[in-house]
Amino acid sequence: MKIKITTEERKSDFAKEVEERSGIDVKKCYQCGKCTAGCPVAYEMDYMPNQIIRFVQLGLRQEALTSRTIWLCASCITCTTRCPKEVKIAELMDVLREMALEEGIANPMEKDITTFHEAFLNSVKKHGRISECGMLMEFKRKRPKAALKSALQDVADGSQLMMKGKLSLAPHDIKGKDNIKRIFEKLG
Amino acid sequence: MSEETKKTKIGYYPGCAITKCSTSEEYGTSVLGVSRVIGPELEEIDDWNCCGASSGHATNHKLSTALSVRNISLAEKDGYDEVLAPCPMCSQRLIVSQDDVENDEKLRKEVEDAIEMPISRNVKVSNYLEIVKNYSMDEIAEKQKRKPEGLKVASYYGCLLVRPPKILKFDDPENPKTMDDIVKAIGAEAVDWEFKTNCCGGGFTLSRPNVVIKLTHDILEGAIDAGANAIAVACPMCHANLDMRQQAIEKEYGRRFNIPIVYISELIGLALGLKPKDLGMDKHFIDTGSVIDTFSDIEK
Ligand code: SF4
Ligand code: SF4
Repeated sequence: MKIKITTEERKSDFAKEVEERSGIDVKKCYQCGKCTAGCPVAYEMDYMPNQIIRFVQLGLRQEALTSRTIWLCASCITCTTRCPKEVKIAELMDVLREMALEEGIANPMEKDITTFHEAFLNSVKKHGRISECGMLMEFKRKRPKAALKSALQDVADGSQLMMKGKLSLAPHDIKGKDNIKRIFEKLG
Repeated sequence: MSEETKKTKIGYYPGCAITKCSTSEEYGTSVLGVSRVIGPELEEIDDWNCCGASSGHATNHKLSTALSVRNISLAEKDGYDEVLAPCPMCSQRLIVSQDDVENDEKLRKEVEDAIEMPISRNVKVSNYLEIVKNYSMDEIAEKQKRKPEGLKVASYYGCLLVRPPKILKFDDPENPKTMDDIVKAIGAEAVDWEFKTNCCGGGFTLSRPNVVIKLTHDILEGAIDAGANAIAVACPMCHANLDMRQQAIEKEYGRRFNIPIVYISELIGLALGLKPKDLGMDKHFIDTGSVIDTFSDIEK
């Protein structure tokens, strides 16, 4: 892989910004590749986890924040656990996702994943707890194609779950749901 | 108070996935059922909220932290020193969030302002395996009524019970043993295998089923090839991914698995002589009959 680095990028303080937000010192990474070797989702990613760190080290903001990798990361934390330099890579992925969303540049190819997160948190915001049914409905409405994908049909339409009495239609609102709403207003 | 009468009441934080009428309700049912027989006494934390799970921490660190620690503050208000969160997504989120606010004064203030409560520093959050290990091993031995014969269990821990190890400080992150010890204690065989802490794809069930299918396939195959006839779990997401998709996996890979995925709490419950139905074992997608049938009364 060859990527041209502009002078502007070389001088950028992307790495510092990431460090300030996360407390993660990406300079410590010496690119041994151990994180990538143990990553269960590496085979689906557009860039390997160690490449994402390299992007941050080199100030390649666009490459890091628009990658599909940050969304495909399953947060299994195998990388952080095994890194010989104690770089918190899994936690770095969290920060990069957050930045990508804030800047509105999350990779559109991974909209199924970002929409799922949205639907999940919307449900928490509304009720204080997850209404599995409500969340499924929102996901289905916004990503009908994904919801239809053959393998997951049974889960997405919920009929099998319903048969086992495992999908409640009535959401449960907690008493403190106004407090939850305020938490979302302040920090959401 | 004498040692005899002193009771350990533990705050119970079920989280969304294992409450009644949820996708993994049998986990909650069996955890509570077992605790009624051998303790420790569990009491639900009043008005708990969702910890935000992976969607929270994957998209908004502060929000995720606030949603998690609100529950810890509620637990302290109710007077608990220890909280059981049987769902490892919840226990991991709660413990990591506690650690985050402990190490970041600014974050602590912002979160306290948002949850409108002080953040407790004294509540210990435990996962289910810890609770069984710390409180119930003797009780299991004492009250065991039934014993399995020929049950070979692959203990599957997944990600969230053991990682990040520096913060969770629970068992060996590459080769944990706590669940295997429980399996052996009830008289089943603990199969040695390589996939104990591999990832099942976790929260990608809806958004990326193809990833889940590949990862769970590898885990199921690893368990069967190691000679297991059941997989034990202590996580609702691991359970759902391994149990609910076996047909799709079999179709994709052309290999039949049909291996029951049981919660460790269900196995303990069977050993204590609880009825499978009272443990929620009729709620699985893969029939659990072959596991239940290995148990028979211990002759005294
Ligand atoms: S394991 Fe650590 S040091 Fe090695 S490449 Fe990954 S982040 Fe860098
Ligand atoms: S946390 Fe993400 S990047 Fe790290 S090993 Fe797991 S899936 Fe890969």
